[in-house]
Amino acid sequence: MAKLELQNLSKSYSAKVTPLKQLSLSVEDGEFLTLLGPSGCGKSTTLRLIAGLEPPTQGEIRIGGRDVTQSLPGERNIAMVFQSYALYPHMSVYDNIASGLKLRRVASSEIRRQISEVSLFLGLENLMQRRPGQLSGGQRQRVALARALVRRPDVFLLDEPLSNLDALLREQVRAELKQIFSQQNAPIVYVTHDQTEAMTLSSRVAVLNDGLLQQLDSPRRIYSRPANRFVAGFIGTPQMNLLHLDCNRSCAMLGQYKIPLPVGARSLSEVILGIRPEHVRLVRPGDPIVIQGEVVVVENLGMSDLLTVRVEGKPEFVRTMLSPDQSWSGKSIKLSIPPEMIHWFDAQTGNRVSDATR
Amino acid sequence: MLKSPGKLNLQQQEQRTGWLLLAPALLLLLLVYVYPILRSFWLSFYSQNLGTELKPLFAGLDNYQRMAIDGRFWESLANTSFFTLVSVTLELGLGLGMALVLNQAFRGRGVVRTVALLPWALPTALIATTWTWIFNDQFGVWNDLLQRLGLIQTGVNWLGDPGWAIWTVIAADVWKTTPFIAILLLAGLQSISADFYEAHALDGASPIQSFFQITLPLLLPQIVIAALFRFAQAFGIFDLVQVMTGGGPGGATETVSIYIYATIMRYLDFGYGAALVVVTFAGLGLAVLLGAWSLSQLRRGAS
Repeated sequence: MAKLELQNLSKSYSAKVTPLKQLSLSVEDGEFLTLLGPSGCGKSTTLRLIAGLEPPTQGEIRIGGRDVTQSLPGERNIAMVFQSYALYPHMSVYDNIASGLKLRRVASSEIRRQISEVSLFLGLENLMQRRPGQLSGGQRQRVALARALVRRPDVFLLDEPLSNLDALLREQVRAELKQIFSQQNAPIVYVTHDQTEAMTLSSRVAVLNDGLLQQLDSPRRIYSRPANRFVAGFIGTPQMNLLHLDCNRSCAMLGQYKIPLPVGARSLSEVILGIRPEHVRLVRPGDPIVIQGEVVVVENLGMSDLLTVRVEGKPEFVRTMLSPDQSWSGKSIKLSIPPEMIHWFDAQTGNRVSDATR
Repeated sequence: MLKSPGKLNLQQQEQRTGWLLLAPALLLLLLVYVYPILRSFWLSFYSQNLGTELKPLFAGLDNYQRMAIDGRFWESLANTSFFTLVSVTLELGLGLGMALVLNQAFRGRGVVRTVALLPWALPTALIATTWTWIFNDQFGVWNDLLQRLGLIQTGVNWLGDPGWAIWTVIAADVWKTTPFIAILLLAGLQSISADFYEAHALDGASPIQSFFQITLPLLLPQIVIAALFRFAQAFGIFDLVQVMTGGGPGGATETVSIYIYATIMRYLDFGYGAALVVVTFAGLGLAVLLGAWSLSQLRRGAS
């Protein structure tokens, strides 16, 4: 119906300030794409460019094959949910939701029908005459959603819509969002810096850093096969262990322990070994890679303990998540690093080293 | 819990401290506001003029009866109302336009904002003198300008013409106080989130639709406040008129304040002057209360 395509999209304010560099991607109907990255990575800029709130310096935006790069925001048939919700404070909930339809001169009987439909869907029937100021955070959020849904736009844009909700409500609304948007047949672009939101909601995630696209993949692959060092460190809590290691022919040296390198990394002099804390476990007989260390800090996370371990003979630390059934005693601990869970990155470029073993 | 008599609990102590701290300000207000107002009120029931050798004689409602048939009073009231209505309307319109321009991001905006406020900061008497010269029939810039444009052949005596004189005062007042309104409205404009405009634009609104559907309603409280301020000030206008026309020609620009001033200071008719003050005060107070009430209604509706 209305595929959204971005081609070589760039935005720069001056020679030094370039929040977005050469972004190309496309979002299909019903696809939920999340732009994920730290603040200043260019994700909000991308959203504003798609919406037409700012003109791109370079590149093209297409919606359903139509070039809208030069179109006004109102001509693009896009609905956006703002981080602040941007509900008009002087209008009732009904008028807020109706605003876009009224401006498009939809007949008032039709407006009433569509609003009653969407308000029933979102449970807003009893709030229609209230002002936004009389609503709770969660209700405001829903009104903002209703205002977007009722428009039946070609593209949905959501700018950190959950960031103003408290933690408990956020989890609940996140699930609701997933349900609501699974029924929409339009491209959805969602901006967040929260990786949990990105992982749970998206069909695909675009990780951005410093205006550059780092990886565009399904949430599962973003987690299991990060394309570079940045993505590896950004995705996953607690953060992935990233150890800078010297290479000695076909092995990386972790203190006195030798770890065999994949074929693609044999020519490198330095590599980065990445291993997620949840994949490091207590040693069992027959484990190929074993390291010994000293427990420095223990953090109780409830479902597991997060241990920070100083590797013997190295100044570096390895963090591990141990479930309560894995018990250890004393300061000294032996950990196992399962080779199939290791991510290798080129220390110079930061890129993932292709591993022929899988 | 039982309390020993004579001892104050914490809340009572706080209240007592509060009243103690308020006392100096309250006393000052009593002396400079409440006393003169009550005194005027009292005086308005007396005759105290040259005819009574400046001694107060009780006269009941005589002063008020006299006012009802005093053509000069009603004329000055009409002049004041006309001046107030026209100047405040013009100032609000121009001030809003100025605020909208100043709210845009452009190079040198800070300087322009400061310069724009200058007319309001200048002494009124100075402004009045300057405008008197601008409208001077022989040497005035205004006549010169109109003559060069070929709109008039010979210089018009703007200040001496009963029809035009009030407009010269209005022009000077608009020039002086439009910046004040602009700054007040600018503060209001800046408190309107840009998100509303962006959301409205995405909804398909044109800038003009956004102005009427977002800017105006959200700016209404500031507009009402500005109008209220200016209404009260304009209704009591004295200095500008006194310097420019002195109320002339032939009373064409005489405002209530100028009439009161003349009654008391020139004719030394203190009793009648007090009655004029009381009526003007009551009228103005009522108008301001009405404005304040509508503002509170607005605020309640918004929240």
